[in-house]
Amino acid sequence: MVETAGPAADTTILRWIPLFPLAAAVIHGVLLGLLRRPLARRATYWLSCGAVAASFLVSLFAFSQLLGLPEGQRAMVDDVYTWIGAGKFSAEAAFLLDPISAVMILIVTFVGFLIHVYSIGYMDDDHREDKGFQRFFCYLNLFTFSMLVLVLADNLVLMFLGWEGVGLCSYLLIGFWYSDRWNAYCGMKAFVVNRIGDFGFLVGIFLLFAALADVGHPTVAYREIAAAFPSITDRLVQIPAWLGGGEWKLATVIGLCFFVGAAGKSAQIPLYIWLPDAMAGPTPVSALIHAATMVTAGVYMVCRMSFLYEAAPGASAVIAWTGALTALFAATIAIVQTDIKKVLAYSTVSQLGYMILAAGCGGYAAAMFHLGTHAFFKALLFLGSGAVIFAMHHEQNTDKMGGLWSTIPRTGAVFLVGVIAISGIPPFSGFFSKDEILLSAYVAERVPGHLWIWGIGVFTALLTALYMFRVYFRTFHGVTRVPPDQMRKMHEAPATMLQPLYVLAVFAALAGLAGLPQVYGDWLGIPDSNSLGHFLAPALPAGHGEHEVSHALELQLSLLAVAAASAGFGLAWWLYIRSPELPARMRETLAGLHRVLVNKYYVDELYDALFVRPLIWVSDRVLYRGVDAGLIDQVAVGGTARAVQAFAARGLKYAQSGLAQSYLILMVVGTVAIVGWLLR
Amino acid sequence: MSAAAVLFYVFAAMTVVAALGMVLNVRNTVASAMSLVVAMIALAGIYVILEAHLVAVIQILVYAGAIVVLFLFVVMLLNLRSDAFAVPRSRLVKLLGMVVTGWILWVFVRLLPGSLPAVKALPEGFGGFRDVGRELFTSFVLPFEVTSFLLLAAIVGAVVLAKRRID
Amino acid sequence: MPVPLEHVIGLSAVLFAIGTIGALTRRNLVVIMMSIELMLNAVNLALLGFSRAWADPTGQIFVLMVITVAAAEVAVGLGILISLFRNRDSVNVEDVSLLKW
Repeated sequence: MVETAGPAADTTILRWIPLFPLAAAVIHGVLLGLLRRPLARRATYWLSCGAVAASFLVSLFAFSQLLGLPEGQRAMVDDVYTWIGAGKFSAEAAFLLDPISAVMILIVTFVGFLIHVYSIGYMDDDHREDKGFQRFFCYLNLFTFSMLVLVLADNLVLMFLGWEGVGLCSYLLIGFWYSDRWNAYCGMKAFVVNRIGDFGFLVGIFLLFAALADVGHPTVAYREIAAAFPSITDRLVQIPAWLGGGEWKLATVIGLCFFVGAAGKSAQIPLYIWLPDAMAGPTPVSALIHAATMVTAGVYMVCRMSFLYEAAPGASAVIAWTGALTALFAATIAIVQTDIKKVLAYSTVSQLGYMILAAGCGGYAAAMFHLGTHAFFKALLFLGSGAVIFAMHHEQNTDKMGGLWSTIPRTGAVFLVGVIAISGIPPFSGFFSKDEILLSAYVAERVPGHLWIWGIGVFTALLTALYMFRVYFRTFHGVTRVPPDQMRKMHEAPATMLQPLYVLAVFAALAGLAGLPQVYGDWLGIPDSNSLGHFLAPALPAGHGEHEVSHALELQLSLLAVAAASAGFGLAWWLYIRSPELPARMRETLAGLHRVLVNKYYVDELYDALFVRPLIWVSDRVLYRGVDAGLIDQVAVGGTARAVQAFAARGLKYAQSGLAQSYLILMVVGTVAIVGWLLR
Repeated sequence: MSAAAVLFYVFAAMTVVAALGMVLNVRNTVASAMSLVVAMIALAGIYVILEAHLVAVIQILVYAGAIVVLFLFVVMLLNLRSDAFAVPRSRLVKLLGMVVTGWILWVFVRLLPGSLPAVKALPEGFGGFRDVGRELFTSFVLPFEVTSFLLLAAIVGAVVLAKRRID
Repeated sequence: MPVPLEHVIGLSAVLFAIGTIGALTRRNLVVIMMSIELMLNAVNLALLGFSRAWADPTGQIFVLMVITVAAAEVAVGLGILISLFRNRDSVNVEDVSLLKW
């Protein structure tokens, strides 16, 4: 584990990274919510974008400070104050900058900044009645703050605060145009499903804390947990009979609980259902939250707790397989979707599956690498689709597009960069990161069936290329399905939208260089080419992958992956450019399969029938009508009232006869009784 | 038995009979008032036997002479004749009431002897106006003055209440 | 003391009881008030009995106060009664049960 920094670095700068966006959000909130004096547009964007830009600059500075520290000691802690203090236990509001969090904050602030700038142009559109310009930026800033807290926290409790914060902001932002009920419903769905994951996360935290407290280390700070962890590694825990019974390793149980949380946030099976519906939010939201940052929180968490997962091979295996299956599952659904954003949503689920898969196989660095490259190209793709949607006046269905290259070539070009990157075609970034993942799966001996996982990864790469190029071709090439007068009036998005796209395109193309595997480094004559890997290495358990496989084998595996991707590209080109009538015919012959895929394997309907409806039924019939309206209102409250009323009206009332003499009698009797008792 | 004792019992009997006469007389309100006068006077006699001479005189002057007279004034003013308001009560209730009352009194009488402190000897002039007067104007001068206020308030109150119209 | 103290107290109790019964039983407001006067007299008798037994003039002073207060009370009470009679033309206690349910 990494040692604490010496006096050379000034750690108090860390608190400014989340504080700038928080300040902006609070200012917006107070102005808009309390004082009801909205800011002018320009002021709003300067404030919000400026805050995130400031965060980015501070992050860069902190990163440079971190680099200045010797390799084994790269950790800076900024303890702002003691948030919770209870006896021996304390949860500090403290920020930890180590290689993992450094990578995360750079991604979050940089991509976040670009998306903020993009939103200036996108949200300026007068399409919807409730413009809510300032509200949008307020929520975006709040989200950025929460995400930064999540990533910079030095303990589980503060991280959970950020975790919940991003969940809240995602609810607010998905349901941003809340006047449309469907959007509100999607926001709620995201929040509720996340909550289920959070429950697992919390149970994990409790179990971990209880075990640590048992051995005398009641702490939730990562570094302390990592240090104390060896003393509980071999603990066993008894599973209650109704859950299956038996004795499991505590580490495995904790790992699985944490993974439930990760599955919720990072949209893995079975909790991925919220992400596709989250596309109801504005496109910048989809880009920021559901591609680049929030959904990666699960992956981040698993990497943070890597020391735990190294001791829990059972949990790791579950994680690896879940990731692999999710990647495949989502890719199959993406192939038949017609809404451009839905394709990207399922693509995100699939790519997250890759990252989770890597984490399960012990390739934490590979997962982080893909997290980074994915942030760039997915944000690029989402923002690009936003530009398309903007040009198409908020039409999202690719059935109505086609041939747009002639009218919006710039958008098309950046979109193409993203597509190539995600398909894993060299030399763009996706190729390198995906390869690392596949490699880690290939060498993960301790995960049963790891070669199958590798196979699924390769096949999914084919599907990825297929559906991405399908979207690209259907949108920008081929015969256009757009009415001619609309084509004539179509123009590119404004500069505030296009410029971030260019920047992202550059990164999507070149980010691979950060983690260039040594085999290529040798070709290019760069020693230690995998800078990212080396940077992360001290913070992660002994890495797998590069060192265990010969360069030759590595190249062969890469070639296989590229072949798969190319096959996907070829298939897409053939189906959508060469013989465009084929897809329609295939749809007819495989109508059943097509229907299943388009309806996303009916998973939503299944959950609805299994969980949602029974729960609503119980809530309505039993809890609401039975207990609340019946037992409490009618019987307890009403019954008491009626009883008192009956007693008073039929009994007590007659004591008020109005006759002074009756009252007098009572007085006399009372007095006699009292005096008699006193004289007893 | 000394003469005083005999007189005491005679007066006591008179008081009780007069009291009963007042309470049980239903038909004639004026007769009730007159019975009350008799009771008051008999009580004054008892007071004398108890060496409370000043109080006895005051009893006759104020109580029998003013208060009951006031009652009579009101009865005559309002022309109240009979108490035609008697509520027929069942015999059983009357019997029960009498039994209970008798029982309470008998218990009381049984318990009382032996529970009182010893009787003391009387100083000279006890109960006379000098003795009472001295006490009244030294130890109890405050209550004395306060009752004068009380009487003032009562006078004002009575006048206001009985006026025909408040202007 | 010519008679035992208990007899004096006993007489006081009897008079008090008679007065209470009168106050509780009769319907005529005037008679009720007279019964209350009887009760007050009974109390006076008891006070004087004790005063004589223990040679303490305080009892007699107290009786003077009671008589004064009784006088005031009768004055005001009869005033109220007259007002009442003027408004309702009745001194029946059952006719003034306005606080009845």
